[in-house]
Amino acid sequence: MLNLFVNLGEKFLSFIYFLGEQLVLCLRMLGWMFVSPLEWRRTLVQSKRCGWDSLPIISVISLFIGLILALQTAYLMQRLGSEMYIASIVALSIVRELGPVITALVIAGRVGAAIAAEIGTMKVTEQIDALETLAYSPIKYLVVPRFLALMLMLPLLTLYADGIGILGGYAICVYKLGITPGMYLSITFDALLFKDVFTGLVKSVFFGMIIAVSSCYQGLKVYGGAEGVGRATTKAVVNSFILIIVADCFFAAMFYFLFP
Amino acid sequence: MIQIDNIYKSFNGHQVLNGISLNIEKGKTTVIIGRSGCGKSVLLKHVMGILKPDGGKILFDGQDIGKFDEEMLHSLRLKMSMVFQSAALFDSLNVGDNVGFALIEHQRLQKDEIARRVRESLAMVGLSGIERLMPSELSGGMKKRVALARAICIKPDIIIYDEPTTGVDPITADIINELIKELHDRLKVTSIAVTHDMKSAYKIADWIAMLYQGKIIAYGYPDDIRNTDNPVVHQFINGLSTGPITEGE
Ligand SMILES: Nc1ncnc2c1ncn2[C@@H]1O[C@H](COP(=O)(O)OP(=O)(O)OP(=O)(O)O)[C@@H](O)[C@H]1O
Ligand SMILES: [Mg+2]
Repeated sequence: MLNLFVNLGEKFLSFIYFLGEQLVLCLRMLGWMFVSPLEWRRTLVQSKRCGWDSLPIISVISLFIGLILALQTAYLMQRLGSEMYIASIVALSIVRELGPVITALVIAGRVGAAIAAEIGTMKVTEQIDALETLAYSPIKYLVVPRFLALMLMLPLLTLYADGIGILGGYAICVYKLGITPGMYLSITFDALLFKDVFTGLVKSVFFGMIIAVSSCYQGLKVYGGAEGVGRATTKAVVNSFILIIVADCFFAAMFYFLFP
Repeated sequence: MIQIDNIYKSFNGHQVLNGISLNIEKGKTTVIIGRSGCGKSVLLKHVMGILKPDGGKILFDGQDIGKFDEEMLHSLRLKMSMVFQSAALFDSLNVGDNVGFALIEHQRLQKDEIARRVRESLAMVGLSGIERLMPSELSGGMKKRVALARAICIKPDIIIYDEPTTGVDPITADIINELIKELHDRLKVTSIAVTHDMKSAYKIADWIAMLYQGKIIAYGYPDDIRNTDNPVVHQFINGLSTGPITEGE
């Protein structure tokens, strides 16, 4: 029994330590972000990789989320005889919750893993050391562009995912349940308030930062060859998932009390 | 110029450097020899400030680099370069961008001026016209030479070579030795070189230091080392399988 508590305590302490280290990385990165020359070119390259190149998978996933959500709500709403509300439920759940979170999770899997593997490989092949000997900070060269790219691209991808998800709901309601297109759209836009979209996008900015920092952190911490790179990749994705969900819970509570 | 002062370093309880002190003279080539795994690369990384010692300090012209902030370290590193044992080329950049990396990132030079410097550096290591190739398209020895070109491209005052001639053919090895000598004679570059190849050590060294069990156990002119009466050094430089180094193995 005592052992269990000691173990839990150790796990907890190491988790706090690990959060602290990520915070340090984040602060050091903020320090480098404004040192000239600014990393525009590399940020653009990264933005294309994590934003533009993710459009196909985001499209597929959010379309299906929209379809599924509409079908599942239809089950209940038809029993209650209020099919009209499907549109607003789909719109609100996607814009407030599913759009930002699902996009963040997909990007953590697709982009976060790639970042951790790439930086980790550079670490084990001494490229990070070489970068330092050439008087270039790895934080500035590698972390800053990825951070900026994810921070900017995630809200855009989320907005896109919201649109596609609502389109999925539209397809079910209009072609399957016989709601007129005009009706569906007007209910959707009546239900959505500016704050719904806004809070979703604010969340996604933070999710972008979480993915960037945890993946870069795991990458820079790699030791011990290919196995280490594999371990870091897994950790980057798992930790991003956990931190995203925890942050999401935090935001849900905060927005609930701030903008009732 | 560079004073390594009583450095200690261990990795996960394994003591690698054990109170090592060494003085690197300005404008001279100091060759460090020692068995594989004895901590030569680790020592060089301390000199570059990539690894931080557990104890002791490294002085540059009397200043402790352990007390430098990131900016001061960067300006110091603009005057130094290192050839890594593993070459450590950036595999996402082509050879030209690798060699010109520091020029492209740090100096306001014209594009064609950079291209000219890159071409010159590559020619010095005998690899003209491969700017467009990617590191993955090169052989091991070519990578080594590109890394060498990258180090000399910024025209540093100090160059640190980690086994510059390992893995290249004997003729190229001699070309590299000549290059190191020429940088030393003509440009008065201060060099620290690690090598296992005693022939090239005698050729390029002003001073030879031997690292053994985390300490410098011998330091002297090449001739002193060649005619040593220290049994450990004698076994190493003559490449004997029996002797004090291998006794307990
Ligand atoms: N980052 C590290 N983490 C853990 N141990 C390390 C690390 N770097 C080096 N070591 C250990 O330090 C010791 C010295 O390594 P080093 O690379 O300096 O050897 P070396 O003298 O350069 O050998 P070689 O001639 O084969 O290159 C080795 O035992 C190695 O296991
Ligand atoms: Mg070595």
